Amino acid sequence: MSDLHTVNKSPFEKNSLETCLRLSKADSAILLYEDGVYGALKGTAVENMIASAVGDKKVYVLGPDYKARGLAEDRMIDGVEVVDYAGFVDLVEANDKVQAWV
Amino acid sequence: MSDTKNFMFLNRRAPYGTIYAWESLEVVLIAAAFEQNVSLMFADDGVFELTKGQDTAEIGMKNFSPTYRTLGDYEVRHMYVDKASLEARGLTADDLVQVEWEDWETEESVDNIVEVVDSERVAELLAESDVVFSF
Repeated sequence: MSDLHTVNKSPFEKNSLETCLRLSKADSAILLYEDGVYGALKGTAVENMIASAVGDKKVYVLGPDYKARGLAEDRMIDGVEVVDYAGFVDLVEANDKVQAWV
Repeated sequence: MSDTKNFMFLNRRAPYGTIYAWESLEVVLIAAAFEQNVSLMFADDGVFELTKGQDTAEIGMKNFSPTYRTLGDYEVRHMYVDKASLEARGLTADDLVQVEWEDWETEESVDNIVEVVDSERVAELLAESDVVFSF
């Protein structure tokens, strides 16, 4: 089993996402929620960071938080998967533990 | 009659994740009600405050983004967006709400007071303001 890592801070304001990606194992699940969802946008200054992580880690975005911020699903980085609140719970259950990068 | 000052509200935070964006909007409305010259500047994650199509139905928070579109009615004449911040986030002016302004007496009007400006202009505008409020 692996761990679920959660990131709720904007990658443009804090380095939580960058450090999370650097210090998590290859089979980890990463869930972006609250201001963390900005990390999933295409065409940004941090796009490469996520796009290269998608290869060996599973990256998820909490849909309600993404939608709240007016971001369109077709502008999400390829390979990132959207989950709802129930999906968040499923991820918590499917992993050994949850590590929050606040 | 009291003196009128040029108030600049510098918004650098994304909406919803923290209370900064909403609080700024509240103070903007108060300042405008006291007939000060109010301008808004959006830089860093603040540019996300203006994205079109925000839908907060599923997160249980008030969607305050439609309020920006009413600022013209409160005599807010200028809303500036830092170009570099916008570009770093993969956004263009088309992704942002438009805000109309109309002078009811003279019928002078502007279709959209939201203006994307370069860093040099941002610096000028901040320097020219009497007071800069940071959020």
